[in-house]
Amino acid sequence: MAVTKVVMPKLSEQMESGKIIKWLKKEGDRVQSGDILAEVETDKADVEMEAFGSGVLRKIVVPQGEKAPVGTLIGVIADENEDINALVSQAGGPAPATAAAKPATADRPAASAAKPAMADRPAAVPPQPKSEDHAARQPAPSRGPDSPGGARVQEAAAQQPAPGTPQPVPSGADGGRVKASPLARKIAAQSGVDLKLIHGSGPGGRIVRRDVEAAATSPAATAAPAAAPALRPVAPSVTGPEYEDVALSAMRATIAKRMPLSKAPVPHFYVTSEVAMDRAWELREELNGLEGQPKISVNDLIIRACALTLLHHPGVNASFQGESIRVYHRVHMGIAVALEEGLITPVLRDVHAKSLVQIAVEARDLAERARQRKLRAQELSGATFSISNLGMFDVRDFSAIINPPEGAILAVGSVRTVPVVTDQGLGVGRRMALTLSCDHRVMDGAMGARFLQDVKRLLEAPLRLLV
Amino acid sequence: MAVMTYREALNLALREEMRRDPDVFVIGEEVGLYEGAYKVTQGLLKEFGPKRIVDTPIAESGFTGVGIGAAMVGLRPVVEMMTFNFALLALDQIVNSAAKLNYMSGGQYNVPIVIRGPGGPAHQLAAQHSQSMEVYFYHVPGLKVVRPSTPMDAKGLLKSAIRDDNPVIFIESETLYNVKGEVSEDPDFVIPLGEAAVRREGTDVTVIAYMGMMYRAMEAAEELAKDGISVEIVDPRTLQPLDTETIIGSVRKTHRAVVVEAGAGFAGMGSEIAAEITEEAFDDLDAPVARVTGAQAPMPYARNLERLKTPTKEKIADAIRQVCYANGSR
Repeated sequence: MAVTKVVMPKLSEQMESGKIIKWLKKEGDRVQSGDILAEVETDKADVEMEAFGSGVLRKIVVPQGEKAPVGTLIGVIADENEDINALVSQAGGPAPATAAAKPATADRPAASAAKPAMADRPAAVPPQPKSEDHAARQPAPSRGPDSPGGARVQEAAAQQPAPGTPQPVPSGADGGRVKASPLARKIAAQSGVDLKLIHGSGPGGRIVRRDVEAAATSPAATAAPAAAPALRPVAPSVTGPEYEDVALSAMRATIAKRMPLSKAPVPHFYVTSEVAMDRAWELREELNGLEGQPKISVNDLIIRACALTLLHHPGVNASFQGESIRVYHRVHMGIAVALEEGLITPVLRDVHAKSLVQIAVEARDLAERARQRKLRAQELSGATFSISNLGMFDVRDFSAIINPPEGAILAVGSVRTVPVVTDQGLGVGRRMALTLSCDHRVMDGAMGARFLQDVKRLLEAPLRLLV
Repeated sequence: MAVMTYREALNLALREEMRRDPDVFVIGEEVGLYEGAYKVTQGLLKEFGPKRIVDTPIAESGFTGVGIGAAMVGLRPVVEMMTFNFALLALDQIVNSAAKLNYMSGGQYNVPIVIRGPGGPAHQLAAQHSQSMEVYFYHVPGLKVVRPSTPMDAKGLLKSAIRDDNPVIFIESETLYNVKGEVSEDPDFVIPLGEAAVRREGTDVTVIAYMGMMYRAMEAAEELAKDGISVEIVDPRTLQPLDTETIIGSVRKTHRAVVVEAGAGFAGMGSEIAAEITEEAFDDLDAPVARVTGAQAPMPYARNLERLKTPTKEKIADAIRQVCYANGSR
C-alpha cells in the first residue's frame, strides 16, 4: 500500500532543478523515513536529501550525475511486492494529454520533497476553461508534483522557462485583457517584463509570480542584460575559433537572474566613507597574538561594528514592503563569499547578540562550508543586511548591488597604508573605504551617512567591539 | 508557568480577578452549587460565597439584564451562558443595552460586563447547540468579541476582558476545555484584546484560523510541510477588534491567504478577513483569498454528516494547495 514517490526537492527559493551527485542507497536497499537517500547539487550548495517514507528503494528513475527539474519523480520507495510498474513507466512515458492543464510549479515549494500519502492520489484533472486554440498555444509547462508523467516534457520546459521567441499572444486571450495576479503585475512593473509577451500558468491562463520571474531572465520579455559568460584564460592565438559560449553554472544562472531584479527596480544610492584602521589593526594583531584564541579577521571587526550600529539605526536594517517598510529588530548578516563559480551569501543569524569571537568562529565556519558547498538551505536566506568584502584583492573601493529584500549592503575595500595628515604633519596610516549601497525607497542619504559615521566611529575606537 | 487545562486556566483567571477586585462577580445558571455545567466555576462558591457567585433561574434575558444593570452602577459582572446558543434569548439585552448604553447616554454610563460560555461546533451536539455564535455579535458596534484557542489565551484574554470597561463577548469551546497547555501563573499576566498570534511561521501561505479550526490548520500545515509548502498560521484571538495589521503583514510576506471558519461561510469572519486583505494587500496577492467554511446548513446530528458539514484537515490542505497553484487548479 505504501508507495512513496521520491521527487527532486526544492531546496532553495530559486531552485528549479537539481543534479543527483550520488545515490547513497541502491535499488533494493531498505530505507527508513529520515535516511539520507542521495546528495543533490543545487544552485547554491550540495544538500543531502532525506527519505520521507519507509520501505525498499525499488527504483532509481534519475541516475547519478543527471539533472532533474524540481518536482520530477527521481525514485520510488515501496514495499517489496508492491506493483510500481505503472508509476515508473508513467515517469518515462510521454506526457499525458492533460499536461497543459496542469500549472507549472517551477518556483513553488509544493514541488518539493517526497510526497507520502497524498502522492498516491491520482492527479486531479481540472476542467480547462480556455479555448482549445489557446490551450494549444500554451507552452505546456507541466510540472505538477502530481503529474510525474510530465517529467520529460518538464525537463525541456525547465531549460527554457519562457520560449525564446514567444508568440505575442495576449495571455487570457479574451480581447487583449491580460489576466495576471496583482503580485505578478507588481513584479512585472519592477523588473520591466511585458505581461503581454508571457503566458500564464495559473488557472484560466492567469499570469502568476513564477511566470514573471521566469520571464525576467528571458531576453525576449525584458531588456535585462544577458549574463556574461565566465571568463576563462585562453592562450594568445590567432587561429582557432573566435569565441566559445560557456554554459552557465547553476549558481551563475541564479545570480544572472537575481541581480537585474535588484538593480533595475531598486533605486540604489551610495555613500562612501574612509575609516582610519590603525587602532583596529593593532587591536586585531594583539588579539591574534593571544594564545588559544581563534583568529580575528578585519571582516569580523566590521561585522561586529555593523551589527552593533544597526541596532541603533534600525532604519538601515529594514526592507521595502510596498506599502510599508519592515524594520527588523534583530540583525541577520549576509556575508558574501566568493567561490570559483560565483558567489554566495550565507547568513550569520542574530549577529547583534554575538561576541567578536563567536562571530569570528561562525563566519569562518560558514565561509568554509560555503566553499565546500555544504551549507544547509536555511543558512542561505533571511539576511536583513549584507557585507561584501573585496579587501583581499587590493580594491580601493567598490559598490555592491543590494540583495533584495534587504535595504542595504556594505562594500568593504582593502586596508591600505597611505600618507595621512596628522597634527604633527604628514604621517603614515592605515585607511579603508566603506561604501554603503542603500535602497532609496527605504532610507535617504543622511540616514545612510549617519549609519556609516557610527560604524566608522566604532572601528576607529575599537575597544567597544570587545564589550 | 504551569501546565493546566483550558478549563482550569479560565477558572484561575476568574479566581485571580475576583481576588484582585471585589467588584467582580459571577452570575448564571448552575454556576454556584453545581460549579458550572462545564465546571469552569469550580470552587468559586466556596471561596467567594453566594453574594459573588450567583445562581439564577433559567432566564437568560433576565440575568443578563441584571448583569448589565449591575455594570451600569459600577460592578464588573461575568455572566455565564451555559452554552452560547442560549445567548440568543438575551440578544436584545446584549445588542440593545450592553452594546449601546455608552453611546446613547453620551458616555455617562459604561457597561464593563463579560458574557462568557462555550460555543461553536463540538461533538454531535446537533443543530441548536453547535453554532458559531460569534457572528451574531461581532457585527454589533460596541461589542468586543474574543475567541481564545489555547489555555494561555483563555486565561490572559479573560483577565483582559474582565478589566475592560466595555462589554466583551467571550466564547469558549466544549472541545477545548480539556486541552492542556502552558499557562502563566502570574496574577498580573494579561493578553491585550486585539492582538493576533502567529501560531506557526511560514513563507508560502497564510492561514487565518481560530479555536478548533486553528488546530486543524496546524495539522494540515504539518502534512503540507512534507510537500515543501511552508504554512504560516495566524490566530486572530480577538475578532472585534481584529488585528488586521498582523494578518496583512503576514499576507504581504506569503502572498497567499486561506481563511478557515467553522460556521457557514456567507457573510462570516472569512468574508470580512478576505475583504480586509483585498483592500490592504491587493498588490501583494498572487492568488485570490480562499475560504474554507462550514456548509450553509444546520449542523446535522449524525457523525458522518457532521464531518461533511465542518472544515476538515483535508479540506484546509486542499485550499492551501489551490492558492499555491500546487494542485490541479480550478
